[in-house]
Amino acid sequence: MSADQAIAKATPLSRRTARWLDDRLGAASFARKALDKVFPDHWSFLLGELALWSFVVLIATGVWLTFFFDASIEEIVYEGSYVPLRGIEMSRAYASALDISFDVRAGLVMRQVHHWAANVYLATTVVHLMRIFFTGAFRRPRELNWLLGVGMLIFSIVNGFVGYSLLDDQLSGTGLRIAYNIAISIPLAGTWLASLFFGGEFPGPDLLERLYVMHILLLPAVIVALLGAHLALVARQRHTQFRGPGRTEANVIGERVWPTFAAKGLGAFLLTSAVLCALGGLAQINPIWLYGPYRPAEVSAASQPDWYMGWLDGALRLWHDWEFRAFGFEIPTPFFPSVLLPGITFTLLALWPFLETRFTGDRGEHHLLDRPRDRPLRTAFGISTLAFYTVLFFAGASDVLAVTFQTSVNALFRTFQLMLLVLPPVAGFITFRLCKELARRDRPGASDQAPAVAAPAPGEGAERRQEIEPEDEPERDPASAAGVPRR
Amino acid sequence: MTASADRENSGGPGAGQNDTAPEGRSDRRAERVVAGAFVASIAGAITLAAVYIAGGQPQLEGVALALALGGLGVAVVAWAKSFMPDDEVTETRPQLPSSDEEVRAFTESFEAGGQTLARRGLLAKLGLGALGALGLAAVFPIRSLGPNPGEGLKRTPFAPGVRLVDAEGAPIRPRELPPASLVTAWPEGHAGDAQSPTLILQIDLDDFVPLPGREGWLVGNIVAYSKLCTHTGCPVGLYQTELDLLLCPCHQSTFDVLHGAEPVFGPAARPLPQLPLAVDDEGFLIATGDFSAPVGGGFWDRGRS
Repeated sequence: MSADQAIAKATPLSRRTARWLDDRLGAASFARKALDKVFPDHWSFLLGELALWSFVVLIATGVWLTFFFDASIEEIVYEGSYVPLRGIEMSRAYASALDISFDVRAGLVMRQVHHWAANVYLATTVVHLMRIFFTGAFRRPRELNWLLGVGMLIFSIVNGFVGYSLLDDQLSGTGLRIAYNIAISIPLAGTWLASLFFGGEFPGPDLLERLYVMHILLLPAVIVALLGAHLALVARQRHTQFRGPGRTEANVIGERVWPTFAAKGLGAFLLTSAVLCALGGLAQINPIWLYGPYRPAEVSAASQPDWYMGWLDGALRLWHDWEFRAFGFEIPTPFFPSVLLPGITFTLLALWPFLETRFTGDRGEHHLLDRPRDRPLRTAFGISTLAFYTVLFFAGASDVLAVTFQTSVNALFRTFQLMLLVLPPVAGFITFRLCKELARRDRPGASDQAPAVAAPAPGEGAERRQEIEPEDEPERDPASAAGVPRR
Repeated sequence: MTASADRENSGGPGAGQNDTAPEGRSDRRAERVVAGAFVASIAGAITLAAVYIAGGQPQLEGVALALALGGLGVAVVAWAKSFMPDDEVTETRPQLPSSDEEVRAFTESFEAGGQTLARRGLLAKLGLGALGALGLAAVFPIRSLGPNPGEGLKRTPFAPGVRLVDAEGAPIRPRELPPASLVTAWPEGHAGDAQSPTLILQIDLDDFVPLPGREGWLVGNIVAYSKLCTHTGCPVGLYQTELDLLLCPCHQSTFDVLHGAEPVFGPAARPLPQLPLAVDDEGFLIATGDFSAPVGGGFWDRGRS
């Protein structure tokens, strides 16, 4: 403030603005630390970032869509420019979605980018979750961030479903009806919960308005809050890193935020957006005009949810017609595959860091990542779990598969039910053996690279295996590549 | 993003800010890549604007947007990789747990404040009670969200004498039904309703096995079942006429039309409820009562009347 005015005039505007801000915030030292923060580099660390950028695209396109969408079930006669549906009665919601697709300039691209972004966001989130799991990045001190991530995953899946349920087309209405029946299948409270949520019996007079508020306000707010905390924790705790020369539990080695990491992050955002825009322009997604407006008594063949709901749909199909009845009360079939299974799934997922601590007794802090092979049991368990949900996912498309491969749905169901029991243990066992084998092949090479590469036990038969070593090059990447110049 | 700085001095805290030894040609090539990408991005943005002004075209808009964003992205990444410091820097990881001293200081401050509460123990408890009561009271408005589910799920508007109508609301004459077809009907006054769609099927009486007590529920060879699958309530919309099977397209539950619509395959555990039929004085199809069971998916007290 006491600075000479002449000097102030000579300094560029950007610097004067920064000074103006700092006079009011005193943030220079904090900002300096933020710029100097170091991020370790590995391709797999990009996965979470891709999810973040897809989420940004979701918000941007979503805000735009809200200007045109009308979540009302009031019936009107369609007069828009899509000829096959002209003169047909439909809800305002469906009509406005058609208008966005056909009569709002650039509307279809925005709608399709939004839908693609949702699918990619959840896909990258799930792959990011796998990366965290298989590298043990959830261990102390990052259990809280694991919980925040699992929370985001759950809310994001729900919001994805709610989002495509808004359009009131034949497919989305069918999905909501299934959701309603799942809700009433909950013992004791089910019919009450369904009535309170849907505002009465299906379809419920207020349902779309409620879903809309959830989709554009409630759930995004929750996700943004969790996301903020998630990122703040990464900043506070610093990123994990793979083992490598000089890398210890006590340091972080990588690029500074400013300028390189920031520029690459910006680049990643721009490229993610570019891919999503290309998809939104060129790859048709959710062509609601082909499904027609929702009529509760009609249904289209091959009713499939979006990919992240596929495992639930598959579970609904594969769960046998078992239900429990006693004293006139019953727990109907949908409860088990679509309430109990996701409940168990997400509870176990959330508790995993604590369960693992209990099994291994390892309560120490970990900032150096495991390679999947270093923890054969965890990796095998993860792969076997993935196998389970993959079978469910494909079972969710059983009718489409039956038509595609000209087989009976009946035979497919039996096959999937069998695979659900057999595949996970087999996949787990193979993974376990593979991890052991890979770890054994690593030992001779690892010893002369860096002491930091943990070899769980001294290797046997080292000399003979040295010749085979180059073959597993791609697998060696995380730990050993850091020591080898790549450019 | 895969590239990392891998130099001999990697990890050295004082690693310089300058890039690899300036090699004029490769620098110029990198410059050209960055410049080209920026130009492509500008071209994409201009194309986008032009397409928009010309009336819009979804595919072109998507491609132009992708070009504009992608060009910018490539340029930024290429710039970062070629002209920004890529040396590895080592940062000491901060100790996360606070020092004992900090913890003690916090505990003291907190407990000092807490003691003022403890000194007015009764007031504090009353305060908590007031908060709890307020929280409890705040739960009640949830009740406004929906009506008591009551008996609604167990009943449909079908009752003795209620006509069956088609989607337009017109009553149905048995002999005017097109042969071998699947007609969806509703109780009169509720055409298109979500809970009571009913399937009217014409079956071969020679093969039909009525359930005990339901011998008189047919009109001629016409039988009526609820259209809602007993699994998750999807409309059972696929009729395999030669096998007399109804198939639900959602989860492939299959019902045997000739044997009380019992499930023969898939996850449904209960038969489709049957509607008792008759014909009124004017020759229209009517129901002689409600469905044989609550329609749609199961729920906790479905079996309680």
